Amino acid sequence: MAAKTKTAKAAFERHGLTDEQLIAIWRTMLVHRRLEARGFELNRQGKIPFASAGEGHEAVQAGAAMAFERGKDILVPYYRDLGLDLGIGLTPYEVLLSLFGRAADHSGGRQFPHHYASKQLGLYTISSIIAAQTSHAVGAAYAVKLRKEQGRAVLTTFGDGATSEGEWHEALNFASVHKLPIVFLCENNEWAISTPLSGQMGQPNVYKRAEGYGMPGVLVDGFDPIAVYGAVKQAMDRARRGGGPTLVEGKCYRFLSHTTDDDDRTYRSRDEVNARRKDDPVPNFERFLIEHGVLTAEAAEQMKSSVLAEANEATDRAEAMPYPQPSDLYSQVYAGPWEPWQ
Amino acid sequence: MAVAASTSKILNNVEAVRETLYEAMKSDDRTVILGEDVGNRGNVFLITKDFVKEFGEERVIDTPIAEASIVGIAVGMAMEGLRPIAEIQFADFIYPAFNQIVGEAAKTRYRSNGEYTCPLVIRTPYGGGVRGALSHSVSIEALFYHVPGLKIVAPAFPADVKGLLNAAIDDPDPVLFLEHKKTYRLIKGEVPDGHYTIPIGKADVKKQGNQLTVVSYGLYVHWALEAANALEQEGLSVEVIDLRSIRPMDRGAILESVRKTRKLLIVHEDNKFGGIGAEISAMVAEEALFELDAPIRRLCAPDVPAMGYALPLEEEYMSSPAEMADAMREMVRF
Amino acid sequence: MAKTEPQVRKTLERHGLSDEQLKAIFRTMLLQRQLDNRGFQLNRQGKVPFALGSEGHEALQAGAAMAFNRGKDILAPYYRDLGLAIGIGLTPYEIMLSIFARAEDHNGGRQFPNHYSSKQAGLMSFSSILAAHIPHAVGAAYAMKYRNEAGRAVLVTCGDGTTSEGEWHESMNFAAVHKLPLVMLVENNQWAISTPLNRQMAEPNIYKRAAGYGMPGEQFDGFDPVKTYDAVHRAMERARTGGGPSIIEGVCYRFLAHSTDDNDMTYRSKDEVTENRKHDPVPRFESVLLESGVMTADEIDAMKKSVLRETNEATDKAEAMPYPEASDLYKHLYEGAWEPWQ
Repeated sequence: MAAKTKTAKAAFERHGLTDEQLIAIWRTMLVHRRLEARGFELNRQGKIPFASAGEGHEAVQAGAAMAFERGKDILVPYYRDLGLDLGIGLTPYEVLLSLFGRAADHSGGRQFPHHYASKQLGLYTISSIIAAQTSHAVGAAYAVKLRKEQGRAVLTTFGDGATSEGEWHEALNFASVHKLPIVFLCENNEWAISTPLSGQMGQPNVYKRAEGYGMPGVLVDGFDPIAVYGAVKQAMDRARRGGGPTLVEGKCYRFLSHTTDDDDRTYRSRDEVNARRKDDPVPNFERFLIEHGVLTAEAAEQMKSSVLAEANEATDRAEAMPYPQPSDLYSQVYAGPWEPWQ
Repeated sequence: MAVAASTSKILNNVEAVRETLYEAMKSDDRTVILGEDVGNRGNVFLITKDFVKEFGEERVIDTPIAEASIVGIAVGMAMEGLRPIAEIQFADFIYPAFNQIVGEAAKTRYRSNGEYTCPLVIRTPYGGGVRGALSHSVSIEALFYHVPGLKIVAPAFPADVKGLLNAAIDDPDPVLFLEHKKTYRLIKGEVPDGHYTIPIGKADVKKQGNQLTVVSYGLYVHWALEAANALEQEGLSVEVIDLRSIRPMDRGAILESVRKTRKLLIVHEDNKFGGIGAEISAMVAEEALFELDAPIRRLCAPDVPAMGYALPLEEEYMSSPAEMADAMREMVRF
Repeated sequence: MAKTEPQVRKTLERHGLSDEQLKAIFRTMLLQRQLDNRGFQLNRQGKVPFALGSEGHEALQAGAAMAFNRGKDILAPYYRDLGLAIGIGLTPYEIMLSIFARAEDHNGGRQFPNHYSSKQAGLMSFSSILAAHIPHAVGAAYAMKYRNEAGRAVLVTCGDGTTSEGEWHESMNFAAVHKLPLVMLVENNQWAISTPLNRQMAEPNIYKRAAGYGMPGEQFDGFDPVKTYDAVHRAMERARTGGGPSIIEGVCYRFLAHSTDDNDMTYRSKDEVTENRKHDPVPRFESVLLESGVMTADEIDAMKKSVLRETNEATDKAEAMPYPEASDLYKHLYEGAWEPWQ
């Protein structure tokens, strides 16, 4: 249809990604950004008490999600992984159910926004506790290995701040001792709420810790979704083949405050944030796809409209859904009914 | 409160914590504050806002995200003569530090037979009613009040916050200082200027009454007072005791009140089973069972892990002033 | 007494250590082994319920202790550090008080044997919980740096197993961020009770983790007390002069079972232990001192006798001391008197 406006395809390293996959990655990035903005809008409108944001993480997450095999792999994410969760199959409607805390949400409205889980998608339930999920991911990978499930691997993610937690260290050490099928993906956005990387660690490269655990460490530009895909795909394939764990570090940047409850102007300058905005992966990847003839400008505009429409529909539909019942507070404490005195 | 200060001002609980920490930093250069985002951000509730500018990064330490070592490093600082005030950003994040609090800080003096001590304050915001969901709303006091060697304080009013935080900072032993998030900006009150302390282990009768004793702490003191004041209109007279300290606890104040009113209701936000109310009930049963005119009653959170994010789940978990009033009415009329 | 002439057959790389210092190191090694054995003997005699061996760690500990500045530095040891404790000034009598759990013990008989502390000696109190003492050491180093106490440093030790703990990682990271005056000395004896090094970590060279924290790392022969001294001394000097922390790893071997309650033949072979015994650092260093002419055979003989005598005297003296009173159970819980109900 719009093929006539496509420019000639310039060659680029695409790590085996088809045009359709490249476009799918970009769409995930668009949906990610749109839904995150929606969370902030709803918060400002007083409709939801809280939202957190992953602007700047779109490329690292959409690229990584493309390396995830749906129906096989396991994702153990953290709370800034909206794009990754969308990329492996979570729908905007499910995202909005979580933001609104509705009964039909996977957690029944129990969890904070962006703490998605879906057993069907292989998406593990997480808490807000930093790095607590990394050991769960290792346990899951141990199960995969113990059952000799060839071709399956676990992808677990975390920010730079999480690498300071003791549990992070314990998880990487155990994974390497047992050569587990797992990829540790650090989304290094340089800020842990208000603490910059220099206050978080004595040297700035998370991937360099890999050597101390006897596993490969890979550094990748987290603003480049294709490069992220290449690195994560290679690491996931190695894990699936029995080659053991890998630590991948994708360098990106957190454009917004930590959450709607945070104000980043209290601890970092607008100049710093503005300077980094020019590397914003969402417009950059759009330009890249158009310049390389993967996408036309018209198709890009159409996709943006469809993403907006989808976000609006999901918002309206989720908002109209009911809250959980007060009696739902008491379910799922243990298997079966429960009384502390028996 | 034996306070000689001639001047005072109105502060909320955040401001009371802030002023106390500020004065402690100002008056003793052995004092350091360490925790996540306490420096440049000035704590997520802005309690230590701009402290880093005045006292420097060496004394207001933005730590890596590593709670076990936040407390552990503070223990080492205390053993080496500093007066650290460690912050756990939310009480929900304290579990990785459990060993350092229970196994190390609380035992340092004891295991070294008094040769080493651990004068340490661990501050942490706790409690719900703020849409904090499963990991930003828990109460943790019952997990720690079993532990000899530790002191636990949970004041509810700004003046008590300041007096008890000063007492905690001056204390030669580790103190877990609990600050209810919901009261942070909601609760205002008169706070004397200058340095004063309120002894750890002393409760305070916040409202006099003679038909029922209500014992509580934290946010629920305020709600219990709201309920008790409403009952005054119905001619019912309820006494409300704010424990303020959970370990040690003020036996004298509880018994004195119960011997007067002959009825006891304990109200707390933490789970009922194994909660603070259990210990109070047992103590009163041991000491004053035959002076009671009604069974002891506890109004506490149900036995579920935490309140959910969705509003109905939070409301169901929390007790309301109306529920408290109902329980009080029933007990007075028993 | 007629002195035999030293037979100098080999020159010794002594890293600045005088003859007296070399002899002192050797005496510490002899004393450590003698006191270690005494604990096991007393246990077999039914006189003490428990003892913990450190055979194989003598060179490492005596060498490291020589790099410790008494009255200035702080030692944060673990429970297999008998040689370090005596090397920095604890007396055999104090050791025996601990083994017998007498009232006069620093801890008033509260702690397990080998859990020494002495504020006067700069020896920090610690528990049996692995790695729990490492953040304490970091906190002490922070206090030194904060007070600008140049020329002081903290020496903290642990076994290989402890490096798997999250708190170990958190501590190294924090020390690196703040460039603290701290030396992390790992006594890698290759066994964590029954778990061999290759089940503890995938990368057997612990010092390699240092790069991931942005600090220097070094490995040395922990059976050689002079090389140990050199490595620890250089790292401590770096720490004392504002150069920040280091991770240094001495490779040694645990010759005995973990404790009197353990039987190592259930998990490792006699052959392995016998093979390692060939490198026993105590006779090895004796040969070094003989061959380099630092000590004569007669002097060595006399030293061994004096060590035995001192051990016997300490044993008798400590054994004759009273236990703590039952009422001592209630002391030193808090400052002053204490009741949970006030």
